[in-house]
Amino acid sequence: MSEKNSAWPLWEVFVRSSRGLSHVHAGSLHAPDKDMALRNARDLYTRRNEGVSLWIVSSNDIVASDPDAKGQFFESPQGKDYRHATYYTKSEGVKHL
Amino acid sequence: MSTQKTDHSLDSFGDSSASATRVTPGNALRPEDIAIQKAVPSEANAQYALRLGDDALILAQRLSHWISRGPELEEDIALGNIALDQLGHARSFLSYAALAWDKTEDDLAYFREEEEFTALHIVQQPNGHFGVTIMRQLIVSIFQHLLYTELLKSSDETIAAICAKAVKEVDYHRDHAIQWTLRLGLGTEESAEKMRHAMEILWPYVDEMFKDEPLYDELGDAGVRPSTLRAAWDEEINAVLADAELEIPKTGSAMSFGRQGQPSEHMGFILAEMQVLARKHPGATW
Repeated sequence: MSEKNSAWPLWEVFVRSSRGLSHVHAGSLHAPDKDMALRNARDLYTRRNEGVSLWIVSSNDIVASDPDAKGQFFESPQGKDYRHATYYTKSEGVKHL
Repeated sequence: MSTQKTDHSLDSFGDSSASATRVTPGNALRPEDIAIQKAVPSEANAQYALRLGDDALILAQRLSHWISRGPELEEDIALGNIALDQLGHARSFLSYAALAWDKTEDDLAYFREEEEFTALHIVQQPNGHFGVTIMRQLIVSIFQHLLYTELLKSSDETIAAICAKAVKEVDYHRDHAIQWTLRLGLGTEESAEKMRHAMEILWPYVDEMFKDEPLYDELGDAGVRPSTLRAAWDEEINAVLADAELEIPKTGSAMSFGRQGQPSEHMGFILAEMQVLARKHPGATW
């Protein structure tokens, strides 16, 4: 593989399955431009009848959280039971809840 | 095996967390279905299906050589997919033709001699560099797309049904070839030069695709005279080549008579590789 080849940028692929409501991240691929990325995604990720719609996003355009910042970012909600409906007891006389 | 549950459950439908790579094969027409159908083609229709099948089979064999040799992993799989599509069309056409002679698709693919094949010379041409393969794809896929579209109206219901499945696939092959032709034609001076080189190699085999044979007199509405597709083909490919800033070379037409059982010099090598296993171990299965 020459250096020229490795310059193909990276793209993220999202596939919506035939009855799925939302697109799900399926993986990534290399392609020279967005139009070829869409075709490559069709060739790589829908070979077994998996999808009816594709979204392609340049990997550079993804803003990602820092894997090393889990503590400050994601551990705060732990222990805060009151943010879940199950924390609350049902008031007397309330039907259909 | 008999207790194995077929997964047609609705569990994963509508579930946004379902696997994006869930496997369901769908329910399209398969060669296996054609092989056991009751409708048997007439001799002329079988000869016609044989021609369509041979073109697809030899192109599939050529394209499959790209597997593990593609310029990028993604393109490797794209060409492999196209090869498999063509192989699928070949299997359907040959399975149908075989019914007329009490044979199977394998008999026709693996146990015919070189001069019994009817493939056009264009599909026999070597892959060359990537540009040659793309140009061959452009030439053939535009042709197949026009042909299969017309054959949707074929009076032979099986041929029409095979084309109904195949036409969508060759439409993608056409798109794939057009995308690459534009990028290589408009890319660098080197890529444009390689595309011009590819056209010089391949253009002598274009005229053969549009030659009518006496067979078409017998086919009636079951077939489509290839000569009737020439104007549409010219128009479509000229538009692509103009956009890609490529000019059709002034080459002569090769003396090619693939339909009459006069294969190119490449055919023996193609068949040797394609047929060796089946001939060494007749009737072998996985």
